[in-house]
Amino acid sequence: MADNSQRNDSVFEAAAHRARVRRNWLLSTPALIILVLAASGPLLVMLAYSFLQAGDYGGVEYRFSTEGWFQVFLARDIFDDTVSVADAHLSIFWRSARLSFLTTVTALALGFPTAYFIATRPRSSRNLWLFLVTVPFWTNLLIRTFAIMEVIKNQGIVNTLLMSAGVISEPIQMLYTDFAIMLGMTYVYLPLMILPVYASMEKLDFRLVEAGYDLYATRIKVLWRVIIPLVKPGIVAGCILVFIPSLGAYVTPRVLGGGRNLMIGNLIELQFGQGSNWPLGAALSIFLLLVVMVALLLYVRNSQKANNIVRH
Amino acid sequence: MNRFLAIASTAFFISSFGNPSLADGELNLFNWGDYTSPELIEKFENQYNVSVTITDYDSNATALAKIKAGGHGFDLVVPSANYVQIWVQEGLLLESRPDQMENFKYVKKQFSDPVWDPGRRYTAPWLWGSFGVGVDTSIYGGNINTSEIVFYPPEELSGKINVPPEMNDVIKTALLYLGGDTCTDDKEMLRKVRDMLVEAKPKWLSMDYGMTEKLGAKDVAASLYWNGAVFRAKQENPDLSYGYPQEGYLLWMDSVAVLADAKNIENAKLFQNFIMAPENAALISTFAKYANGIEGSEEFMPDNMKGALEIEAPEELAGSGQFSEACSPDITKMYTAIWTELQK
Repeated sequence: MADNSQRNDSVFEAAAHRARVRRNWLLSTPALIILVLAASGPLLVMLAYSFLQAGDYGGVEYRFSTEGWFQVFLARDIFDDTVSVADAHLSIFWRSARLSFLTTVTALALGFPTAYFIATRPRSSRNLWLFLVTVPFWTNLLIRTFAIMEVIKNQGIVNTLLMSAGVISEPIQMLYTDFAIMLGMTYVYLPLMILPVYASMEKLDFRLVEAGYDLYATRIKVLWRVIIPLVKPGIVAGCILVFIPSLGAYVTPRVLGGGRNLMIGNLIELQFGQGSNWPLGAALSIFLLLVVMVALLLYVRNSQKANNIVRH
Repeated sequence: MNRFLAIASTAFFISSFGNPSLADGELNLFNWGDYTSPELIEKFENQYNVSVTITDYDSNATALAKIKAGGHGFDLVVPSANYVQIWVQEGLLLESRPDQMENFKYVKKQFSDPVWDPGRRYTAPWLWGSFGVGVDTSIYGGNINTSEIVFYPPEELSGKINVPPEMNDVIKTALLYLGGDTCTDDKEMLRKVRDMLVEAKPKWLSMDYGMTEKLGAKDVAASLYWNGAVFRAKQENPDLSYGYPQEGYLLWMDSVAVLADAKNIENAKLFQNFIMAPENAALISTFAKYANGIEGSEEFMPDNMKGALEIEAPEELAGSGQFSEACSPDITKMYTAIWTELQK
């Protein structure tokens, strides 16, 4: 009897478990459908496009071709038909990576102290500070970018102030330089650095900091050996959140950079627009995605390894 | 051809005043941004009791891609001359026969039988203009009727020049400067174009749109640009002048065509006829500051546009302007390669 009822119990439990699983899947179906259609769908279309032939005036023709991918890496010289590495694409990728890296470093240098400042305010006023950080997000990206332009252009606020103060006699050309692109991207993506760093910082047990001082650690040492290791996940998240959108930025380089030098986003747009070469544009997009993905995977694997070493 | 600050343009809609449901019909116009006179639309709506909706696009390629994708719901589109034949060959346009419409008699002779639409069987003229150089004459006093200003910048203008990121127009202007055809696969010629552009680029300040504001505010001292935009900028900065390069410059014309799958064909045809009337064409010009190709429309334009140098070229330079076709895909690939090289 006892055996039987136990078996029955486990049968019932199993059935109940199955029902729960079924219901959970059923309930999450709408979300899954949206995710699959909205996130993977367009990517699959791009992937398919990258393996098709370019249409005459934009669009694609439904014939298989690897020409798009070929052109990402290799260029057939239009003058002597020799094939060589696509150095134009490489230098554009390099510029994007370099500027995104500098943007990330600047955003970290500004965002870390800001997050520290907010986390050390009394609990009641923290929300106000966080609220202030998110205020720029209410404004359209384009408008924020144009606002930066007003600040740094030749007849802009900075130059006018410096000239009327007699510091400079000629306006400094800031607009349309790589500096302008970096400044714009830092401004636009800074909240994406502050918020995750703050989230880690808030959980930081400040008694540990005090303990560090008690043990005669200098301020620098406390920062390097206590605070930074503890908020590292936030810093990493912030860096990723700033670096990745910077890499694909389109509006900021276009408006502030003056368009003389392309970044990846602008190169992709060129292929879909005036270049009428959709397969190349699609291949470039997928390539960018792959580079970012591989970098992230490598990072995750390394950090897991590092964690394991610490634990052993 | 993107004559406007492309990224800043947003779709805006004009619905008829009063209750739109009272209108007899609808008309959906798909046009370049910042290009459609609200007065013109209001007049059309009142005259025919039709509710008009306007949607913006920012380049011929965008418009073509969107219409080809289908399901757009538009009745009218305004392609540039070099794209009209592509639209026709793709079977996207309705042969609405503007040439048989009542107001066709007002179309100027030079535009009544254009190469891109022989006999005007598909399109009615909207606006036309040129791609020349806008120069701040307070900074540079030399001859401005030359594209040398951009390709071999004089000392005074070095580092103050803009070139719009308009691949085809810029490369074609460079080809005309060097005495070539606008669509060519002559490699010697293309190599010269590339070398000239690459060498000139360090002396350019930017490759950007939005010159109406920037030339007007003296942020930029000279730019290859479109005549009407320079005219607008001149209202802010009277030192500006517009030059027609004697080595050759590009002309363009945008024309209104009915889409093959339009739902409001009758209203669309009414609109084509409507815009060929001089007083209506003048409204289009007054808003966008370009000439329109309709005889007798000048007298309905504001005084500062009548006979303005920026609106129509002086006689001795008019002959240097030419319309260009859309180049073949192979040539476009070469131009894209040069363009990427230039901006790498």
